[in-house]
Amino acid sequence: MMNTSILDEFRSIVGDHGVISSPEELHTYECDGLTNFRVLPRAVLLPSSTEQVQAILRVSHREKIPFVARGSGTGLSGGALPVENGIVLSLARMNRILEVDIPNARVVVEPGVINLDVTGRVQPQEYFYAPDPSSQSVCSIGGNVAENSGGAHCLKYGFTTTHVLGLEVVLPDGSLVHLGGKTLDTPGYDLTGVFVGSEGTLGVATKIILRIVKRPECVRTLLAAFPSTNEAGAAVSGIIALGMLPAAIEMMDNLAIQAAEAAVHANYPDCGGLLLVELDGPLAEVEALMTQVDEICRSNGAWEIRVAQSEAERALVWKGRKAAFAAVGRISPNYLVQDGVIPRTALPQVMSEIERLSKKNGLRVANVFHAGDGNLHPLVLYDRRIPGQEEAALALSMKILELCIAAGGSITGEHGVGEEKKCMMSKMFAEPDLATMQRVRCAFDPMQLSNPTKVFPTPRLCGEKPGEYVPHPLESAGLAERF
Amino acid sequence: MTPTSATLESNFRAVLGADQIRPATPADTVCGVQPQLALEPSTEQQLAEALGLANESKLAVLPRGGGTKLGWGNPPSRADVILSTARLNKVIEHAWADLTATVEAGCTIKALQETLAQHGQRLALDPLWPERATIGGILSTNDSGALRLRFGALRDLIIGVTIALPDGTLARSGGKVVKNVAGYDLPKLVTGALGTVGVITRAVFRLHPLPHHTRSFTISVSSPQEAQELILTIQDSKLAHVALQSHLCQETPPSIDILFEGTEAGLDAQAARLRALCQSAKFAQSSPAVWNARQELWSHSDSQHAPVAQVGPESRRTVSLAAFSFAIAKISALPADLAHTVGLIRGTADSSHLHWKSLMYATGLGWLALEGPANNLHRALSSLRSGLEQRQGSLVLLHRPAGLPTFDAWGSPGDSLPLMKAVRSRLDPFHTLNPSRFLYGL
Ligand SMILES: Cc1cc2nc3c(=O)[nH]c(=O)nc-3n(C[C@H](O)[C@H](O)[C@H](O)COP(=O)(O)OP(=O)(O)OC[C@H]3O[C@@H](n4cnc5c(N)ncnc54)[C@H](O)[C@@H]3O)c2cc1C
Repeated sequence: MMNTSILDEFRSIVGDHGVISSPEELHTYECDGLTNFRVLPRAVLLPSSTEQVQAILRVSHREKIPFVARGSGTGLSGGALPVENGIVLSLARMNRILEVDIPNARVVVEPGVINLDVTGRVQPQEYFYAPDPSSQSVCSIGGNVAENSGGAHCLKYGFTTTHVLGLEVVLPDGSLVHLGGKTLDTPGYDLTGVFVGSEGTLGVATKIILRIVKRPECVRTLLAAFPSTNEAGAAVSGIIALGMLPAAIEMMDNLAIQAAEAAVHANYPDCGGLLLVELDGPLAEVEALMTQVDEICRSNGAWEIRVAQSEAERALVWKGRKAAFAAVGRISPNYLVQDGVIPRTALPQVMSEIERLSKKNGLRVANVFHAGDGNLHPLVLYDRRIPGQEEAALALSMKILELCIAAGGSITGEHGVGEEKKCMMSKMFAEPDLATMQRVRCAFDPMQLSNPTKVFPTPRLCGEKPGEYVPHPLESAGLAERF
Repeated sequence: MTPTSATLESNFRAVLGADQIRPATPADTVCGVQPQLALEPSTEQQLAEALGLANESKLAVLPRGGGTKLGWGNPPSRADVILSTARLNKVIEHAWADLTATVEAGCTIKALQETLAQHGQRLALDPLWPERATIGGILSTNDSGALRLRFGALRDLIIGVTIALPDGTLARSGGKVVKNVAGYDLPKLVTGALGTVGVITRAVFRLHPLPHHTRSFTISVSSPQEAQELILTIQDSKLAHVALQSHLCQETPPSIDILFEGTEAGLDAQAARLRALCQSAKFAQSSPAVWNARQELWSHSDSQHAPVAQVGPESRRTVSLAAFSFAIAKISALPADLAHTVGLIRGTADSSHLHWKSLMYATGLGWLALEGPANNLHRALSSLRSGLEQRQGSLVLLHRPAGLPTFDAWGSPGDSLPLMKAVRSRLDPFHTLNPSRFLYGL
């Protein structure tokens, strides 16, 4: 338990302005983007340097106080949900871009730096930071590292883990380690690779070495309308079979299109399956491949194909896609968002199964996918005022994840396990698999102080269910959309 | 006291058939250390059980794939059992429409690539000795070639793994889909771990299409400085090359190779752009064979009848190779440090009277062959390592000549060493696997 003298000790480390402990103020931190789980922490600390993070963790280690790191709090699986009687370490003040090294294509940042600001900084030299979660205008690099965040363009460019070369990490006992580095293949185990995607359970990242990428010469975006997602899916397979690697391939079903149209008037064709294909690279190459994509779409039954003719048109096409999630609020009072992955070829089978479940339960499901890599985002629509419907929606949403597992896929492609899906972990992995991961965790955090209740199933919490999706304030404000 | 190989053998008969156990021969020696038994399990379960038995009996186990890189790393401090993956050699699944493949650890790269090619796909990696090197071996040594610039290293291509832990646990991590963030990314932990955290029994990879057309060009430049400038210009351009390497050696002026993949139309356009970037530098289309350069660095060391070598610029006398030792090191430096790195190599080699030859990739990774008296090699490698480490780089010794005084193959992992030790001891508490072969006794 934390007493006032420990709070005073924390104050001596981060100053009075670096400690939040009054209940009114603590409410801001009681949840992340998954708003139905809420826990009030004992205190929130706002360190502004690595040394302060170390000093805090030395104290919490000594006193066995659990801690949860927090970036921007946009996570969708409850990763930054506080732990009862624990502290939250907000990295918001550690938000400096420390180094920009264009010749070596490296940028070194503190964890609180916002994703889009990295690209903003290297834009003049025509570079960009490739991982592009749709929350990128607000989410932090530290959070991206913890979640191994993805985005539409990860199909070609890879996820966060591909772009993180090194880390400075404060371990749960307060000691400092440097993993990886600015050069490749530093000697020893690839602990950078282990830390990325560990959802805050292995320590706190205080410095991150990123790789940046040169902007391609040209970008072309094509929109194709199909009778159903099956034909659209067949076109995706055709594109892949021809040996292309588009920058992005996104798909929406009719319900998602309706919602997007209602929200942003993207001028999408009203169809059963909409495909958005983006190619980038050298001009001659992209143009040759675009002709092929066009042919494949037509031969798979596309009845309308448009190629964005200007940057403005391209932006509108993407806006519709990105708005799809929040837009569902226009056609349903409540909805849940899910994040599962299937091998792309299982799409027709899984889609028809989702449809069957949807009919059986009398609940509509809108579908938006990163079709290139099989990442599904089914949105289960319901009305909380109807008794029993919320529970039915939750059950359906979990059923869909089971379909993903049965198809050889995963329970999460980018949002993480966090609090929400830890019980699904034992459906995806066998006991020895989880036990092995635990051993690795124990090497970093023998006392289990770092985000201790997340990711791994615990019997006590396994009866609990994930909850309804409430749009993030940013989403409602139209500043970000979830994929 | 070590048990005799007969008692050992009867131990393993509990899980393996007689034809899967044989006494080790001098051919099984690893860095001069001779094990007693060689085991060839034919299933993952058998392998895990055999490993578990060895661990219980506190035997040291050396996992072996194709045996092409057994000399890499430090010599083992103990060696009782060779655990071979030779019989685990199947491509379990090629889900070509999903661009993934599941393959057993003992499958050779060549066999895998041939299977994948039937559907126009590949593991986008160009490791050494593909005919013999196995999946488990390239993963454990994190081997990568020039294609890494575009397609990433094994860490970026592996999406799932099954490992046998010393306690006999068979554990899976990752999965069969390209996008997956459920649980820790243990495929990355075992990649490059030199078999010290578990024995890889199978891996799942994301695949890439085989290119429709490729074209290679070679550009001649006059100095390392000029090579660096051109490479950085190319890297900063909008060319979509897939590989870029430079040859830097003692005698000849540097040259740069670049590889493009794509459609014919696309390649024409890229070639024209490249030509414009190169300005006055000499520029010619070259054969795909230039991409064998990394492997050719080794051909020298394998050959008994190697040609005479030249030593030291000022003492240009020819000497029979027998008098010399030959070492190969992997170098990692910042890409924009190329000229500096070459200067460091040249200075060190010259002062130690060594002959040198190097191949540097635009990623900052490079391969260096050094030749000369063993003591001089030792001195040069040490001083090169410290020079590189001063600029955030590293040097790993791959080919270790006979007669080289003790030299740690790896270099320093810095302040993360205790954490690495903790990881190791959680997974392999008795150091059953490849004892002392990894850095600092890991
Ligand atoms: C509208 C919307 C759209 C989204 N779109 C996408 C998308 O397209 N793709 C995608 O992948 N995700 C998406 N997300 C999810 C979310 O934005 C990402 O998971 C993001 O990476 C979280 O970053 P954050 O800074 O908000 O982290 P937080 O939510 O604050 O924290 C997330 C996790 O990271 C840990 N953490 C934070 N900082 C550190 C640190 N320095 N060291 C160690 N651990 C740390 C926390 O403990 C927690 O477990 C979206 C979310 C919203 C609300």
